[in-house]
Amino acid sequence: MFDFGPHAPFIWACYAVVVAVHAALIVWLLQDGRRQARRIADLEARGIRRRSASS
Amino acid sequence: MTAFLAIVARDIRLAIGRGGGIGTALGFYLIVVSLIPLGLGPDINLLARIAPGVLWVALLLSALLSADGIFAADEADGSLDILSMSALPLEAVTFAKMAAHWLSTALPLVLLTPLLGLLLNLEGAAYPTLLLSMLVGSPAVSAIGAVGAALTLRARKGGQLVALLVLPLYVPTLIFGVTSVEAAQTSPAGAAAPLLILAAISLASSALAPFAAAAALRARS
Amino acid sequence: MTDKNQTLTQALANPTRFMAFSAWLLPIVAVLAAVVLAIAVYMGLNSPVDYQQGHTVKIMYLHVPAAWLAMGVYVAVAISSFGLLVFRHPLADVSAKAAVPLGAAFTFIALVTGSLWGKPMWGAYWVWDARLTSVLLLFFLYLGLMALRSSIEDETEAAKLTAVLALVGVALLPVIKFSVEWWNTLHQPSTRMTSTMHPSFRYPLLVHALGFSLLFLAMHLKAMRNEILRRRVRALEMVAANRPTSDAAVLAPRTEGAS
Repeated sequence: MFDFGPHAPFIWACYAVVVAVHAALIVWLLQDGRRQARRIADLEARGIRRRSASS
Repeated sequence: MTAFLAIVARDIRLAIGRGGGIGTALGFYLIVVSLIPLGLGPDINLLARIAPGVLWVALLLSALLSADGIFAADEADGSLDILSMSALPLEAVTFAKMAAHWLSTALPLVLLTPLLGLLLNLEGAAYPTLLLSMLVGSPAVSAIGAVGAALTLRARKGGQLVALLVLPLYVPTLIFGVTSVEAAQTSPAGAAAPLLILAAISLASSALAPFAAAAALRARS
Repeated sequence: MTDKNQTLTQALANPTRFMAFSAWLLPIVAVLAAVVLAIAVYMGLNSPVDYQQGHTVKIMYLHVPAAWLAMGVYVAVAISSFGLLVFRHPLADVSAKAAVPLGAAFTFIALVTGSLWGKPMWGAYWVWDARLTSVLLLFFLYLGLMALRSSIEDETEAAKLTAVLALVGVALLPVIKFSVEWWNTLHQPSTRMTSTMHPSFRYPLLVHALGFSLLFLAMHLKAMRNEILRRRVRALEMVAANRPTSDAAVLAPRTEGAS
């Protein structure tokens, strides 16, 4: 199934680029989310709340 | 109307006077065009072939150099704030400044082109169409440049950023400017279509740019 | 309290409500995206061989959706920008800011896959055909948006200026595409990367497009959530900074041995 003819390296390279870019995006999004959540938890632990935040 | 004309006249005087951008823009135009043969070799047939495109690109880059100054000097000394509080709507102020840039910088650049065409061995028959395309396209150049200047007014390294923002927006002007010259080389009537499209781009951008530039100026907090 | 006549965008204008809404929507979209993409990849790997392009037609399944999304995301940014400038929607800037890097990534994918498609097809890594050139210019527009935002200190000012730039760009985008098509037909009438498509190629393409669109939606929701949290952090840090200095916890250095 995986013989993609004479230009196979180009085809695989395309799949690799797509996977790499999306993986990088997803990792960044997940890490960024965790980082922000940690900072909020940190600040709230220090007793700092927004005026509109319900306890 | 007199307020509008006063702004135009003032900006022209500032651009042409000492410290104004006109000299630098013209000098840059000359130097960039001179770099091309130095980079590509003095083969005058090659130069003749690429001359219309090179001249157009160099014109855009030179206009960009000076576009930065459309608002920067007035922002620095507070005149922009005073102008925006005047009875004249901000859109009229930006339009006046665009028009002043066109008269004081874009048009002189276009007028310098025949001389630079000599440096590149531009085909004699191409001169009229090239100049016509530049005249027709120059309002778009000033208009889009002004929008870029307004957007980057408060940005760090605004001068460099203007180029990154504005050059993609110049592509249609460039394409129709150059293709009109190429079309004229096959048949004079062939240049009509790109020139008309170029005229449409100039009219539309001159009409809309004042609003975009004013919106950008209003964003300043 | 909830007005039944509110549109979805009005109902979601409240960041807290958006966070609640996206908390359950995001996993659903993410799972859906994964499923559709899995199907798409299966279809792609097993797709028939084009008589002209051989197996490289598989690259089209990756390149074309990326190009479509590059354009579509830019339109989404423009719509968000419109929402900011005209309707002052509270989440408009969050949406725009979150979408731009994603759109730039899709544009990058479109450029690289287009280049890798061009080498076996036309013998060169870059052929200045109409679509690739338009995508390249679109990439510059995205770079401009990111550069402008990062160069303005004030967040509100940056939001409005990037919104104006996005709208200027979207107004010029059709003109740019038209001019590039014009330029291309004058110079290279032969290198047309688009071709009429046989149905057996069209369906895998649409499934790929759907999968990547869902993936974008999931990433956009997540990015918006992150941005909302980021702004909350900033607000909290402002509160912390304005606290009376008797709060020792605020002043205590967080790292050991900090001077």
